[in-house]
Amino acid sequence: MVQEFFRELAETYPQMNFVFFYDPVQWQRVVDGFWMTVRLAAMCIVFSVIIGVIGAFIQTSHIRLLRWLTQGYIQFFRNTPPMVQLLFFYFALGPYTPSYSPDGWLEIPMISNVGWAVISLSFFAGAFNVEIFRAGLESVPESTREASEALGFTPLQIYTYIMLPLAFRTSLPALNANLINLAKTTTQAMVIAVPELFYQLVQIMSDFTTAQYPAMILMFVIYVGLVGLLASGMRAWERAMKIPGYGG
Amino acid sequence: MMKSLLATTTALAVTVSSATATFAECTNNTWNRIMSDGKITIGVKPDYKPWGFIDKDGNLVGMEIDMAQEIADTMGVELELVATSGANRIPFLETGKIDMILATMSDRQDRREASGIALPNYYTSGTNIMAPKALGLKNWEDLRGKPVCGKQGAFYNKKATEVYGAELIAFGGAAEGKQALRDRKCVAFLSDDSSIVVDLQSGDWDDFEMPLPTEDDNPWALAVPLDEQSCIFGRFMSGMQYNWLQSGRLIELEAKWGIQPSAFLVDQKKRFQDWIE
Repeated sequence: MVQEFFRELAETYPQMNFVFFYDPVQWQRVVDGFWMTVRLAAMCIVFSVIIGVIGAFIQTSHIRLLRWLTQGYIQFFRNTPPMVQLLFFYFALGPYTPSYSPDGWLEIPMISNVGWAVISLSFFAGAFNVEIFRAGLESVPESTREASEALGFTPLQIYTYIMLPLAFRTSLPALNANLINLAKTTTQAMVIAVPELFYQLVQIMSDFTTAQYPAMILMFVIYVGLVGLLASGMRAWERAMKIPGYGG
Repeated sequence: MMKSLLATTTALAVTVSSATATFAECTNNTWNRIMSDGKITIGVKPDYKPWGFIDKDGNLVGMEIDMAQEIADTMGVELELVATSGANRIPFLETGKIDMILATMSDRQDRREASGIALPNYYTSGTNIMAPKALGLKNWEDLRGKPVCGKQGAFYNKKATEVYGAELIAFGGAAEGKQALRDRKCVAFLSDDSSIVVDLQSGDWDDFEMPLPTEDDNPWALAVPLDEQSCIFGRFMSGMQYNWLQSGRLIELEAKWGIQPSAFLVDQKKRFQDWIE
């Protein structure tokens, strides 16, 4: 029924060829691309938050070298475009990673293009997350930290049990914005041929010239939906962590 | 039910669909704008040596860029080049970002429905792969289940994956695809035979070969906006192409850019030979 409708629509209006709604091969491409995008975004979000939490902790360290290294990492990843990072990781660093060869020619690297996309995008967003958490940590009164020190907590305990939970709430709005941005940046993984949604739809567009508008419409609808879902989830979390009468 | 659903989508569809205009409907909008602005914007390839590529000084050069310059000179307007890819050239034309396409585009039925392809075809090429000699690939079937690098937007991607079962890794441009082959991320690079021959001759690909029988020999076409196909713009481009083929100008350009002489251009020169000569 649905397939019939879109087939008829494509015949009546050649520019409106929603090929993926009646051709199972193209539909499979959309589905594969969708799940790849979801997986890529989910993994990058998790890893970038972990990087942010660890990075912010290192920045509170008394060892100057560690602080400098984190600062260097932040500057490197924050000041270069994510697309350049993807190409750099995949093409420039890729050949120096361990690989195995099934036929004497191919070198299948331990880290696939999807792997590089996760690494590159996580570190990219992670650099921003470090700064976001640092801003949150700075909003916690210095006296709180001193009080915990006086009670005999170690620096790690102070960070994990006292500072981070307090900082997390103030960091959430900025973290939100960054993670939403990260979800959208996954489309750039296309440059290293990661078969995510954008890649698949561009393939469909070039295989079916008449499917250009439909593919763009579908792309728009899916990304609005996906990012909207993420944004409302984060907003709900923000609300849940709100302390009445304490701003934010 | 079906009919009413169709009717509701009409409004949306009508705004974006267009049909080939007859001369009675010619508005010549694009042509008139080019002439009044004194500038034509042509979409070319930036990564398709030697048809369109970026030289050491960062300029877009190549055989098709020379052709674009001749078009602008003939019209007496300035030339602006826009780098396009296989995936975005037709949308660029449809949205008016470029006035015409001259970007190694294969002439396909579905592309004729979306862009105003002006005949005669000015070039042709078929599909082949560049692969390391060491692998000794012989048949298209040898690609089944193997990773093959390619470029997004090429019409032959579909056949390579659906008929020969290659696992295509399609990059944004030819440069990334070829780099991936060099990095051994795939067993072959899928492209047109004419550009592979140029690469093999360049001396940078000594351990590589073009081992398969060329398939799907397909003429190339340039395109103007669809509604100006049968108007001044389209007819003018047909004249340009007739002249290039008839005078042997494209054979000269092939030689200039070090492209192996193609039988197609020789045949076309014969086909359009002037009976008075």
